[in-house]
Parts: sequence; structure tokens; C-alpha cells
Amino acid sequence: MGEFNVHRVRFFNYVPSGIRCVAYNNQSNRLAVSRTDGTVEIYNLSANYFQEKFFPGHESRATEALCWAKGQRLFSAGLNGEIIEYDLQALNIKYAMDAFGGPIWSMAASPSGSQLLIGCEDGSVKLFQIIPDKIQFERNFDRQKSRILSLSWHPSGTHIAAGSIDYISVFDVKSGSAIHKMLVDRQYMNVSKRKCIIWGVAFLSDGTVISVDSAGKVQFWDSATGTLVKNHLIANADVQSIAVSDQEDSFVVGTAEGTIFHFQLVSVTSSSSEKQWVRTKPFQHHTHDVRTVAHSPTALISGGTDTHLVIRPLMEKVEVKNYDAALRKITFPHRRLISCSKKRQLLLFQFSHHLDLWRLGSTVATGKHGDTLPLSKDADHLLHLKTKGPENIICSCISPCGSWIAYSTASRFFLYRLNYEHDSISLQRVSKMPAFLRSALQILFSEDSTKLFVASNQGSLHVIRLLEGSFKHLHTFQPQSGTVESMCLLAVSPDGNWLAASGTSAGVHVYNVKRLKLHCTVPAYNFPVTALAIAPNTNNLVIAHSDQQIFEYSIPDKQYTEWSRTVQKQGFHHLWLQRDTPITHISFHPKRPMYILVHDAYMFCIIDKSLPLPNDKTLLYNPLPPTNESDVIRRRTAHAFKISKIYKPLLFMDLLDERTLVAVERPLDDIIAQLPPPIKKKKFGT
Amino acid sequence: MAALEEEFTLSAVPLGAGPDGLLGVEQSDKTDQFLVTDSGRTVILYKVSDQKPLGSWSVKQGQIITCPAVCNFQTGEYIVVHDHKVLRLWNNEDVNLDKVFKATLSAEVYRIHSIQGTEPLVLFKEGAVCGLEALLAEPQQKIETVISDEEVIKWTKFFMVFRHPVLIFITEKHGNYFAYVQMFNSRILSKYTLLLGQEEKSVIQSFTASVDRKFISLMSLSSDGCIYETLIPIHPSDPGKSQKVVRSLVLKTVVSGNARNGVALTILDQDHIAVLGPPLPASKECLSIWNTKFQTLQISKELPQGTSGQLWYYGENLFMLHGKFLTVIPYKCEVSSLAGALGKLKHSQDPGTHSMSHFVNWETSQGHGFESQNSEPSKRILRRRKSETSVEPEVPASKQLLSTIKKDSEKHIEVELRKFLAIKRTPDFHTVIGDIVMGLLGRWKTEPSFYPRNSLMQLIQTHVLSYSLCPGLMEVALEKTDVQMLQLCLQQFPDIPEAVTCACLKIFLSIGDDILQKADVNMESVSAYSDAVQDEHMEEQSEILQNGFNPEEDNCDTCDKELSEKSQDTLETTLCPVIPKKAALLRNAILRSAYSETFLLPHLKDIPAQHITLFLQYLYFLYLKCSENATMTLPGIHPPTLNQIMDWICLLLDANFTVVVMIPEAKRLLLSLYKFVKSQICICSELNKIEVSFRELQKLSQEKNNRELYSIEVLELF
Repeated sequence: MGEFNVHRVRFFNYVPSGIRCVAYNNQSNRLAVSRTDGTVEIYNLSANYFQEKFFPGHESRATEALCWAKGQRLFSAGLNGEIIEYDLQALNIKYAMDAFGGPIWSMAASPSGSQLLIGCEDGSVKLFQIIPDKIQFERNFDRQKSRILSLSWHPSGTHIAAGSIDYISVFDVKSGSAIHKMLVDRQYMNVSKRKCIIWGVAFLSDGTVISVDSAGKVQFWDSATGTLVKNHLIANADVQSIAVSDQEDSFVVGTAEGTIFHFQLVSVTSSSSEKQWVRTKPFQHHTHDVRTVAHSPTALISGGTDTHLVIRPLMEKVEVKNYDAALRKITFPHRRLISCSKKRQLLLFQFSHHLDLWRLGSTVATGKHGDTLPLSKDADHLLHLKTKGPENIICSCISPCGSWIAYSTASRFFLYRLNYEHDSISLQRVSKMPAFLRSALQILFSEDSTKLFVASNQGSLHVIRLLEGSFKHLHTFQPQSGTVESMCLLAVSPDGNWLAASGTSAGVHVYNVKRLKLHCTVPAYNFPVTALAIAPNTNNLVIAHSDQQIFEYSIPDKQYTEWSRTVQKQGFHHLWLQRDTPITHISFHPKRPMYILVHDAYMFCIIDKSLPLPNDKTLLYNPLPPTNESDVIRRRTAHAFKISKIYKPLLFMDLLDERTLVAVERPLDDIIAQLPPPIKKKKFGT
Repeated sequence: MAALEEEFTLSAVPLGAGPDGLLGVEQSDKTDQFLVTDSGRTVILYKVSDQKPLGSWSVKQGQIITCPAVCNFQTGEYIVVHDHKVLRLWNNEDVNLDKVFKATLSAEVYRIHSIQGTEPLVLFKEGAVCGLEALLAEPQQKIETVISDEEVIKWTKFFMVFRHPVLIFITEKHGNYFAYVQMFNSRILSKYTLLLGQEEKSVIQSFTASVDRKFISLMSLSSDGCIYETLIPIHPSDPGKSQKVVRSLVLKTVVSGNARNGVALTILDQDHIAVLGPPLPASKECLSIWNTKFQTLQISKELPQGTSGQLWYYGENLFMLHGKFLTVIPYKCEVSSLAGALGKLKHSQDPGTHSMSHFVNWETSQGHGFESQNSEPSKRILRRRKSETSVEPEVPASKQLLSTIKKDSEKHIEVELRKFLAIKRTPDFHTVIGDIVMGLLGRWKTEPSFYPRNSLMQLIQTHVLSYSLCPGLMEVALEKTDVQMLQLCLQQFPDIPEAVTCACLKIFLSIGDDILQKADVNMESVSAYSDAVQDEHMEEQSEILQNGFNPEEDNCDTCDKELSEKSQDTLETTLCPVIPKKAALLRNAILRSAYSETFLLPHLKDIPAQHITLFLQYLYFLYLKCSENATMTLPGIHPPTLNQIMDWICLLLDANFTVVVMIPEAKRLLLSLYKFVKSQICICSELNKIEVSFRELQKLSQEKNNRELYSIEVLELF
């Protein structure tokens, strides 16, 4: 395959934000995750846990609660006092509405999905009616003394439980008055703590209220009499979250020590139908606070300060060993945060509120496999570009020539011109952006850096010609009538003739840039597209899907290529299909058209289309160089997938030229080092 | 699925088989080699895989072989009988049968049986059975007559059941069939009359039998073409008396009813039998494999040249005479399943859908590890019961047992319980067991003389009980001061209330040593060390040093001196303060039970001060034992950990400190305890220091790595 000089980059000091809330939607099998920076991500659990959508965060919008209502409508509420509804088609915020109760700490949708309840800082519980395209304030419940931190509806919709500080209230929904006030013991390990915060409540259909609190207790209350029924002391720290399964036969709680506990309703004796809640399984997949948990029919989902989203399947609910039976830990976003200028060897890193531009170093030395070469020039930090305003960056891109940088937030689009003079660099903003260029989901420059393609969130694609210091709008490809789906992924052919764009579910559209019209649409596939690229010369479109399938589609012929058909006929190696992170980037070798470079977070692979495909009996991943084997054996065992797992977690990889690779790693240890220290547990002398 | 493979003939030359076919095919001591005896004068040894004879022996003209040659597996010799009474023994090297060892017996031989692992048996025509060794020692000994006149042996087979040889033979007299089962070791002969049921007229044409733990399953092929099964107990319930056994239909009309001759059957395995005979009156003879479980024909092979109606099965080969040739058909059978029997092959395993590994499922059962018993035996037992008694009503076994508990004697309950525990465990097994215990206790409450101790012990040992499943059990044991049962409960139950644990502790501490000596207590590994310690002094100095604590530096100089001065006192503290049995109770039961401090403390206050001191002394002793080795553990299989010991010491002192302080004899103990607590604090603080240093080191090394933020490396891809 050959030797490469690899620029191994570890200075991309990206730290994902901690997870604040998760909400599971049974209907669509999707999971909404909100992070502390206000970002909301949608994971499709049916499509191998692919993060198919995201809504950028906002500095002032810390989400404290997230819920699905009325089927597929997603709401969030936060400390800025606003309730926000998200548009899952256009990928923007539909509206934000002030609840006038101060910061909102909790939110719950009624069992029917038609009402929304929020708990505010001022102790008020407010009921909203969900109407098409809007929510409408209905009334206030009896005002409580302190903030309402948790809310839960009785499954019949007649009562609610609200967790506050030191007590839990049970309200009658009809009258809006509190019918019980259940005081929680402040004592903690025989020491009276100042306050006991009820972090979570759950109302079961038999009238039991389960509460979790800052004293490490899980308590069962009888809501009819307002009395404590049972008490489990499970942690020395806060129990911060609770989620109950739909059948109400199991629930999960998360603690500040990073442990989650599974409770199950188990029958006590055979003679009576009496059942008891038993703490059955503890799991320790987190190092920091588990801020939130969710309970899907087959899995326990948890997330917290350590930024991992953990999906732990319940083995007794999983019938076969497949993708769903494996523990999943999702740390990195399933989209690209890095773009690269091959010509000038520049890397542009995207953070939530700034961009960093680095120039790669160089070396004159040569070496053999495994050597680290002495640097003749170290990597330079060229630019630190801060955004204006509180909004997070959605996407960014540097042109292949390195002289343009574009990025977009939720409401503004920015284009910069870079001038290089010897060692200095100057930056000039291109002003007077047209009104239609307000927000972009994806930005791409053509290979010769003369055109800019922008996917906006209304489904349209803008083509802009770049001139020296100015630009000209050439054309807008409007979405096909009837669809409003936004395009999230773009790819342009190196000759600049073809533009491919893909949304989250429909097929990939291919446009002819010269003639400015739709050329063809690649048939839709069941799983979302995770990466797209068009090969030089052949103009074959390579598409990676979240189920780890790769297709190659010939744009000029409007059909799948022979190789793609062969792959589909034979099928991928089963280990290839079992990988658990999606392919996020595809690139090509400039000199060898048979090579396709793909990578996910834990490996990169050069697919050599000229070699036979591996079948399930061959070894897919062979990390050892065949030193003592003859060429014949080597050739016989060689197959099309050359996999390397040297660099991980791998966030970006590309071929700069035929002999040079760039790999951007983000070691997990570095992320952990940036997080606040976890609760210290004494190992000795306890 | 059962499958017959390509047949092959063994002998190129037609065997001189008369109309009766062969006398027999028998295994030799080497696998793959078989002795074939034709009905004339010849014995041939064949190697089946090579399809060629290895040796051939004939008797003189005028003599005739009357019994198939067998191999004595213990000596490797071959044995044959000619002219009914003359026994010949030879081995591979012998050429001429005339010149080999000869013994003339006093009675006519029916068959010689020889199987691996035991000496050959000789069955005489009159039904007597004799071991070969005994016979050769005195060939002319008188042979008794077992069966009556006109009774003729039809068929016979020899089994090993739990290393005991068992011989069964079937006789016929005027159309009535009798089975004799001879236990060779115990010399018990039982006779059974085979009742033919409605088909009284039918003649049995062929037999075969298999054996399991308790029954011989005798299959017979009747002249109506049906196969019947008769279950004959190996261990007769009433030996000496003639008993009757019925047969049940297994398969209907597998061969044509009026076949002239040439029907035979043999059991292949649990579910499969091979049948030789014409399936329809006019058709040619066939070899068919039937699945008895699903009553399906698995495979059939036509044998157009006719057979002699004889079939032998060894290893994986079926032997039969096809035309004039001895034919071997290899037979293979995979485990039968419903899908297989219905003709649906199991899907080959998809790499993506491996079956799940075993895990504890809280929703069904906690009886992990017991599911391995397959359901097959129980089904068979049920079927047998039906065929034997056929009056047992269809009630769940647990209900039946519960009703037994209400009225029957202790002994009977025990027997029934053992039976119940032997069958397969259902998912709700633990609750059923709980109900049984409650049933037993319920009866005890009404009649105090009834104390089913053995049954209760047996139930506790099922490992599925917990305190909440059978509240009251431990109270009963406490009342009876049944220390053995208490120990068991403490070890098995995960959820004993602290009050009960404490009550147990009280009993253990207060019980007299003499009573305890009589009780049967599980000692586990306690005796192993406490006995040894009784007469051996420990070197206090070295032991404390190992614990990171140096008594020289101790602030408490005065008390230390005081201690070292009284050397005989030191001796006292290093001896086990309690007898081993008590130690076992305390160590293995109490220390390892689960508890919550808050609930245990108030109960500990009720224990008398003397007992507290004793227990403290024992705990201190354990602590010293612990610190003897570097890993700080006690010897034994499941020793209490150092933490458990320390926690108990703390608890006892917390609960009774004021009392203990007042007792003069406890003073020294308290001083030593103070010393060791201090040493523990020392260790912990040192350990914490080390931990922090390590963390700092880790941070330093991380920073070092961080500097490697950028590098250019060479990578070669292969």
C-alpha cells in the first residue's frame, strides 16, 4: 500500500459539553440530548444510534428540561425562563416563549401529550396547552415556597407530583391546588445537611411517588395518604435523576458518583401477587455526575458531566446478539468539526464560539515505519477567530486554497478573506452578505476555490461565485416542491461540475453546477447518510450510511458502479458492520483512483477496489506487518480493506498529497483532564 | 436428522450362510474390528474401515458352532461354543481351533455375553447364568435349571448399569412371554410376565432393549407390525415374586403385518430405532430409521436382495445380511429437535445473531445455574409413571407435596421432598420452595412434636430461599436452639433482619461448649488453623511490624510495658478464646452476614457483658491471625475480610463501651484494641499519602504526554 508521512495532530483541544437532559421518544425511537451549552442533539436509535440532527447552542440558553409532546414535537426549557419548540424538519428553533416565572427548572408533558407543565424558580407550576404551531398559557397551580426542581404526571393525567427543596407536593390538576405535602428527611448519614433537594420525582399509576434527592435517597411515597412507604439509601452523594419504564416494572436512577442503579418490580411470593421494588443492578459507566437518565424499552440511557452518552441494553430484553445488545458510549459528535486546506497545509478547527487556524509543520527527514521524524518547522497557530454574539457556530469551512474562511451561526453568515504575506497573515471580512445568506447548515468551497456552496436551513442550496474580495450570487437550487427537509451534507466533484447534497432521510440529490439544474437523485436508503464524497476523474459518488454500508454511484451513468454492486452482492465483513461509530469523512488518493480513504472515530481504512473483498472467514483487521511471510501468502491474504487503528479517537483524517496524511486525534485523557474533578472517593480508611 | 450413509459389503466371498443367516456379529477389543460367526463352522474377524478380514477360524468337519463368538475384553481372547457344550478359547495368534484351549461343560449353552468392563457371562439354555471364570475353574459343575419345561429362550441382552452387570432374557411358553432380569452382582433374579394387551394373538418377532438408571426399556416388534415398549425395573420392588408388566404402543405398523420372515429392530439412541422388514406386504425389504419421539420415519433404504431378518448395531454401523453378503451401513444422527423432525432444518448461525450468554434475569428466577438439567428425563419419568400405575392425577408436584406435608409422617415427607427436588426447576421455583417451608412450619405450629429438621435443611440447601420467603423459619430454629440450621440460614439467606442476626449471635455465644460438641456444625476451614494455634505461640513482635506498626514508637509506653511484663497474658490473648465449633459459628455465619449498623446497634446492647468480652477477644484473635500474612487475609475458603472483623469490633464497642470499660478483665483487651486501631489509622494515612503521590505522578506523566501535541510519523500500510 505504501508509506505515508502522517501529521499526527493532538492540539485540537475540543471538549464536548456535559449532557444535561435526555428525552426518549418511544414512537420514533429517537433520543433527544441537550448539553450544558444549550445544544440539542437528536439520535436515531433505529439507525445505529446515529446523531442525525442537532440544534446549535446559545450562551444564554442553558436547558434544564427537555421533553417530547404531542407525538414528535420537541420542547426545551431553561434558566433564561423561556420555553422553546424545535422545528425538526428545518432544524431551527420554531419559537421561544417567556413563561414569566423566572428560570425554569423542570418540565413535563402530560400523558396525552396535549399539555405542558413547567416548574419555575419562583415556586410556580404553570400549565400550558399545546396547540398546533404554538403553546398557550392556561393557568398557574398553587404557588410553592421554593423552586420546583422536578415534575411528574400521574399516568391518568389527574394529579402531578412536584419536587421542590425539602418537600414534594402533590397537586390536583383540575383544581390546581396542592393536596399533599410530603416532607423529606434532611438527615444524611446522621448529619443534618442544610437542605434536601428533590432532584427527580416519578408518579406511578398505582399512586406511588418515587423521589430521588440530594441526600442519596430513593424514596417511595403513597400519594393518597402522603406517607413514606420505603426508603433506599443508595449513595453518599446526590441522586440526580430518575426515569421509569413505560410498563412501570423497572426504573433507573443516576447518582453524582457516576453510578446508575436499576430497580425492578419483583414478585415476593408465589401465593400472593404482591410485588416489591428491588434494587437489582448497579452500573458504573460514568466518572462524573449522572445528570440525566432515560429508560427505553430495551435499554438504560444515561448522560452527565463527563460528556459521554451511555446506552446500556437490558440483556433480558434483547433477544439476539446484534447491534442493540452492545453497550454504547457516544462521546464525539457524528459530524466533522475540522476542515483542511490541502494546498497550504492548514487546518481549521471549529469550537462552539471560536475558530482556530493552524499551519502544519514540516520535516526534511525520512524514516521507516514507526519512526517519529524530527521537525524542521513546528505547527503554527495562525488565527483565533472569535464569534460575535452568544450563538454557537453551526458549521465552518476553509477553502482548499486557504484564502477563504466561512462560518455560520443560527442567525448570521460570515465570510473572511485571508491574505498571506511572508509569515504574517491578515484577515478581512467580506461585508454586505445578502439577506438570504443568514444561516447555513453546511458550507463547502469548490476545489479551485472559486465557488462557495451553502446549504441553508430551508432546504435550498446557494451557489456563490467568489471574486477577489467580493462575491456574486449565481444560483439557488430550491428544494423539490413539498419537501422542507434541510440538507446537512454536501460534496462537490474536483472538476467542479457536480454537487451532491443529502438530508437526513431522503436520498442524495446530485446537481449539475454548470447547467444549474438537478441531475439525478440517488435512491433513498433506510439509513441516514453519514458522509459523502465525489471521486476525481470518474465522478463516482461514494456514500457512507449509518449502518456501515458504503455505496459507490456513478454520476455520469446515473447508476451504481460495478464495484458497488459486487460489494452489495457479497456483503461487508461482519466485523465491519459491527463497528459502532459512523464514518464521518471520505477522501481519495490523488494519484490512485482505486483507493478510497474512510475513517470513523476508532479506525481509518483505505479501501483498495482492485483487491478482492474480504469474506467472513478472512481476518478483517491485521495490524501486524507480514514480515516473515512470502509475497505469495501476502497477496493471497490481502483484501480490499486496509485498516489501521493507530490513531484514536480519530476526529479527522485526510490525504494532503499522495505521500502525506493528516490525522487529528483527541485523546480521552485530555478531555477528562479538562473536566472538573469527580467526587473524590476515599480508598483507604473508610 | 438421522441419516444413512453409503453401504458397503464386508465379505467379497459369499458367506456360507444357511437359511438362518448369521449366528452373530460381535465387537472385538479393538474398535473397528468385529467378529462375524456364520451358522456353519467359521468365525471371521473383520476390520470394517478396511472392508477386509483379518483372520478366520473354523471348527472341524462334523462339528458345528452353536453360539456366536465373542471377545473377552479383559483378556483379549475369543470364545466360541460348538456342539452346544464345548467351549473354545483362543487369540489372534492361534491358527487352528482344534489345538486351542477346550472345556466341555455339563449343560447346553444358549449365549455367551461379553461387554467392556466385566468378565463374560455364559447363559445356559435352562436359564442359569454363570461367570466365565467360575465356569472355567470347574467346567463340569452342575448347572441348575431356572426356567420351566417347554420355556424357550428367545432373546437376551447384557448391560452394565452403574458398573453392575445386568442380564435380561426373554422366554416363550405357549405364546406367553416372560422376562427375566438377572442382577449378576446381587444374584437377584426377577421374573416378569409380559402382558400383550389386546393383541393377545400376536407373536413377537424381534426384541431390542436399552437401559437407563432405573429401567430397561424393552422394545418388541410384533407380528402385527407394531412396535411396543415395555418398561422393566432393574431394581425390583419385590424380588422373588412374579410380576406383570404391560407394554405400550410406540409405533404403529412399521412393517407389514404378515411378513414371512426377516423383521428385526434395534434401538439406535434415545429417540431412534432401526427396523428391518418390508413396509408393505408386497414390497421389498427395507431398512428404516424411525423417530419414536415424533413418530416419524426419518430415512429408509430398500434392500432388494432380501435379508435374513437380523440386524446388529455397534458404534455407528448397522450390520445386516443383504442377499448373500454381509453389509455395513454407517448411520449418523444429530440431536433430534422439533424443527428437525418436521423437516425444517435449523438455520445455520448467522454471525450477527449469536445466542445470548447466560445472565441473571431478575424477572424470572434467581435459581441460576440449575437450568442445565434438561427437560427430557422428567418427561420420561412421567410417561413411565403413567404406564406403571396410570392412576396418578394430574396435579402440580408442588401442590401434591403440600398436601403430603399436611398429613404424612416426617419420613414420608422427606422422601417425597427428595423426589420433588430431583425434577426440573420451574421459573417460580424459589417461591414454591418458600411455600413448602411455610407449609412445614404451619404444621409444626399445630403439632409441636413434628419437627421436620432434615426436610428443612434440605430445602435451605437449595440456595433459593431467603428470609422474607419463609419468615418464621429462623424463629423456630432459635426456639429449638438448632445451631446447625441457624448457621445454614445465616450463610444462605441474603436478607436476615438485624434483630434475628443478633439473636443468633446471642445463642452462639451463650450455648454451652458441651452441647455444641454434640451438634453437627459446618466447620469449613476453621479447625484447620485454630487447632494448630492452640499449642503454638505467636511471635507478637514480628506480626505487628508487618502491619506497618512498631510498638517501640508507641506513645502508650506504660501500658506497653505492662503488657510485655505479663508474658503469660500475651499468651492468653494469642490463643483462640473459643472452641473451634463456636469459632466456626461465629466466623462463618455471623461475621459474614449482611447488616445495617443503625439497626444492629440497639440489639447488640442486649448481649451480656461477658459474652461481649468473649466475642471481642475472638475478634481480636482473628485480627491477629489476619495480620500474620502480607495479604491480610484469613486462611480458608470464604474467610471474613479484615474489614468485616474491624466493623464488628467497632460495632461491639460502640454498643457496649460503657459496660466493657467497667469490666476489669476487659481492660487489657481494650488496651490492645486501642493499639491496633491506632496502627490501622497509621496505615490508612500512609496509604492515602501514597495514593496522592501516585496521582501527582500520574499528572506529571500526563503533562509529559501533552507536550507531544504534534509530530510527524511514518506509517506504512500493508
